[in-house]
Amino acid sequence: MVAYVNTETLPSLPPPKGLQGPAAWMRQNLFSNWINGTITVVLVIGILAALIPFVNWAFIKADWVGTSRDDCTSGGACWVFVYVHFKLFMLGLYPEAETWRALLVGGILVLTLAGLMIKGVPLKKYIQIFALFFFPIVAYVLLSGGYFGLPHVETNFWGGLLLTLVIAIVGIVAAFPLGILLALGRRSSMPIVKAICVVFIEVWRGVPLITVLFMSSVMLPLFLPEGMEIDKLLRALVGITLFQAAYLAEVVRSGLQAIPKGQTEAANALGLTYWQGMYKVILPQALKIVIPGIVNSFIALFKDTSLVLIIGLFDLLATIQGAFSNPKWLGYAIEGYLFAALVYWIFCFGMSRYSQHVERSLKTTH
Amino acid sequence: MKKLLLSAAVLTAMVASSAVYAGTTLDAVKKNGAVKCGINTPFPGFANQDEKGNWSGLDIDVCRAVAAAVFGDATKVKFTSLTAKERFTALQSGEVDLLSRNSTGTLGRDTGMGLTFIGANYYDGQGFMVKNSLNVKSAKELDGASVCIQSGTTTELNLADYFRANNMKFEPITYEKLDEVTKAFDEGRCDVLTSDQSQLYSNRITLKDPASATVLPEVISKEPLGPFVRQGDDEWMKIVRWSYYAMVEAEDLGITSANIDEKAKGTDPNIKRFLGLEEGGDANLPLDKKWAYNIVKQVGNYAESFERSVGEGSPLKIKRGLNALWKDGGLQYSPPFR
Amino acid sequence: MTDPNLSATPQTLSTVPSKPSFWNDPQKRALVFQVLLVIGIGILLWFIFSNTLHNLEKRGIRTGFDFLSRPAGFGISQTLIPYTEASTFGRTFFVGLLNTLLVAGLGIIFATILGFAVGIARLSTNWLISRIALVFIETIRNIPPLLQILFWYRAILPLLPGPKDSMSLAELFYLHKRGLTIPAPLTEPAFVWTLWAVLGALVLAFLIARWAKYRRESTGQQFPVFWTVLVVIIGLPTLVFFLTGSPLNWDIPALRGFNFQGGLTVIPELTALLLALSIYTAAFIAEIVRSGIQSVYKGQTEAASALGLRPNRTLQLVVIPQAMRVIIPQLTSQYLNLTKNTSLGVAIGYPDLVNVFAGTTLNQTGQAVEIIFMTMLVYLVISLVISMFMNWYNKRMALVER
Repeated sequence: MVAYVNTETLPSLPPPKGLQGPAAWMRQNLFSNWINGTITVVLVIGILAALIPFVNWAFIKADWVGTSRDDCTSGGACWVFVYVHFKLFMLGLYPEAETWRALLVGGILVLTLAGLMIKGVPLKKYIQIFALFFFPIVAYVLLSGGYFGLPHVETNFWGGLLLTLVIAIVGIVAAFPLGILLALGRRSSMPIVKAICVVFIEVWRGVPLITVLFMSSVMLPLFLPEGMEIDKLLRALVGITLFQAAYLAEVVRSGLQAIPKGQTEAANALGLTYWQGMYKVILPQALKIVIPGIVNSFIALFKDTSLVLIIGLFDLLATIQGAFSNPKWLGYAIEGYLFAALVYWIFCFGMSRYSQHVERSLKTTH
Repeated sequence: MKKLLLSAAVLTAMVASSAVYAGTTLDAVKKNGAVKCGINTPFPGFANQDEKGNWSGLDIDVCRAVAAAVFGDATKVKFTSLTAKERFTALQSGEVDLLSRNSTGTLGRDTGMGLTFIGANYYDGQGFMVKNSLNVKSAKELDGASVCIQSGTTTELNLADYFRANNMKFEPITYEKLDEVTKAFDEGRCDVLTSDQSQLYSNRITLKDPASATVLPEVISKEPLGPFVRQGDDEWMKIVRWSYYAMVEAEDLGITSANIDEKAKGTDPNIKRFLGLEEGGDANLPLDKKWAYNIVKQVGNYAESFERSVGEGSPLKIKRGLNALWKDGGLQYSPPFR
Repeated sequence: MTDPNLSATPQTLSTVPSKPSFWNDPQKRALVFQVLLVIGIGILLWFIFSNTLHNLEKRGIRTGFDFLSRPAGFGISQTLIPYTEASTFGRTFFVGLLNTLLVAGLGIIFATILGFAVGIARLSTNWLISRIALVFIETIRNIPPLLQILFWYRAILPLLPGPKDSMSLAELFYLHKRGLTIPAPLTEPAFVWTLWAVLGALVLAFLIARWAKYRRESTGQQFPVFWTVLVVIIGLPTLVFFLTGSPLNWDIPALRGFNFQGGLTVIPELTALLLALSIYTAAFIAEIVRSGIQSVYKGQTEAASALGLRPNRTLQLVVIPQAMRVIIPQLTSQYLNLTKNTSLGVAIGYPDLVNVFAGTTLNQTGQAVEIIFMTMLVYLVISLVISMFMNWYNKRMALVER
């Protein structure tokens, strides 16, 4: 009897052949039946037919460095165009001697963002306060100058990616407090406050940004008392901020709605006033939930900044268009647009990845 | 708390960027330390911008002349590039003190929009440019053509009138900015580009192959191009008007930026009076006595400005034509400086 | 300052709730706050209004809506209603509005078709298909729509040949730099009967569907609704068309002079705008469709197959109706976005409302306040109408839930 019983565990066998390895993976995912198989083959051929000429044009036969269009000799993409204008695309006409100021602002921005996004960085609260309140001031003083012996740089010399970032960041930072107030107002029990907030939010959300920009560039001066006037860039910023505040308000509202009523009641029971309750109990929870939503609306804003080219500001897209309209560089529209697309894509894709990451990490804590 | 911070921020921003002027445009300009001049988006000959962002050109020189008259320093100008759509609103709202953006003076603009037309610093007329390959010799052959135009201009209206008057049809292709119009023409989106003749010549040198297009002989409209100011401030209007006249008068008197100091030593009473070196009969403008001297010394006379911007000294090589002095058979004419 | 708690008298401890002081009564405080807010906003509005009036008067700018009846005097490249240079500024408003609605309508159709296709492809069991869909979505939605519009218009469409050597299909369809020229239908008066037949067929199809549903619910018998309806909708108008003697001719385009004469030309501005907006919106719709379908629990599919439903019937009867409830609200906001994005056509000279009316007309009249106000109002109304329609549809869908 004993002889039939194994005294030791048998080693586990490998899975049956044909369920593992690349061949099996391909059979399951690419050739599961004859229709799928045919589709796969057709697609592979199609992709290769499109990709090979593109890679050939964009990389293999391309020219990368040089000083003028005469350096583009090999018949592929002329990245010399981007190489020559790189500083223009990044900073616009920002004076050569002052370039370090723009770069410094960029450096501070990167460090601040890293501090905000990376987990486990100490003193997070102070970084947040710095980012929201002090960074805009520091950036403005550095970029615009006129203080501490820095030469003044007019805003019409700001351009390229610098201007795109300025508009996007000012738009989100300035719209943030207004958006929170509007969201609170929309959930208020006071009927008039609620009505005003609803009308404000729905009006701005109902019209296209370009009409808002037209309004701020053409009509804002008429609204102000005589003699008072605002810079062209600031006018665009006012329009974008109001527009963005309406969208942010809806994002924040969705966060407020997700907080159970018990939290408000508990805050009341503790004797906190409305603002104390909001500031200490409700908003910290609500805002944490909507971080992905805020990042998403920042992505939308970042893409929307390109519209300022229609009212004659020289953002990234406008500078690139200006450069390939120059008679010396005619005919490089595709290179220019591809470069612009790449820059926008890197920013937007990066941010959307970050927002997905936050969304996932929030999910696990619940 | 947040509300307070926000309103404080908005207020500071407004105050920081506003220059509240209590009275006249001149006071405001002096307070600002610069003439705020509305100009075209980059446009060869009239408003050139170099890689550093510095401006030059025929329209730019008007701004510089006014700055020279007011401050004695032709560099004290703040330029604002304006599209055709923005230009008049920008002037009306006070964003700019002076609009020198090759704009046509018309009855409607002079009377219905709160603006005053100063005078033509460039006499122009609307024409057509076509590709040579079409073999068109006259504008009368353009029936059925696609025409590229800049929107919001008098050009757009003249074009419609011209085709209607000649019983022809056309397809209008309109763009906001001049370089878009040129690009569309270059790429074959349209057969014809219509604009003021000066612009046609200037557009032509930005084509891929400038020799591939011809400007047709027909001129279908009068386009006196010149600066505008806001209505209702006569003092400022006169400063701008006489700054422009000073450039024309200097040419008339044979004064250039090069020979001005030499001429000042001469005895001609006209020249002495013009340069503010002789008492009596001179202007009652609230400016430095040597304002005209400053203009000619720093900007040059009309001929100098014309030649280096659009004439023989430039790639455009436009002839003086209508813009010659009155004594050479043209229309440029300054009232006497006395 | 004395502490109120210390000075509390026995009266305040009585069981009768004390009347709170005016400032501590939430209701009264809310009232005061709202009155102050209304006054504040009133002052702000009055400030803006009086400044505007003052500025307009001082600058001698005309006001009022008289300009709408003045002749416009400029041409427009694409007009859906009769328009000449002698028409009024008011008419330019409608020309622009119709052009906007045309792009919005076509864009919504194309974006929905493409978006659903990509969204379903994203869920394909074929790894390659789902990856391609993913790359498409992630590339397209992270690039600004304006850049995409300009890319098509400035970089791709100019690569087409000029009208003289345009690509042609059977000498009927021509593709060139200035658009796509196709034969245009020329109708005779009797064609109206065919249109009536289309209407009749639609009504008939609707009745058949109702009847089939009623029969299915009462007897459980299936009726091939789809094929019957297809035959009715196509067959009836075709029959009427031939019975009335084919009252339709085609205006064949031909190259004469500078351009194609006759036929119908789809201008490249429209093509570029439509391509860019449809593709851009489709990327978002695809994500919505994917998440909508994935939101239906797998148990539902399993239950359906346990009941013996075939996979495509499962999709049709079980998955899609439930997914739609998630999809529709988000789809609404995408349609709204697309409609608002049509205003970007101004960058490439497409004659939409913003370009024609808030552009050229504004320039020629100088009356910025009235014109911008009208333009914004139009978009607001469009937004409200679309969201009202979608809310209504949403409610209908939600009622299916038991």
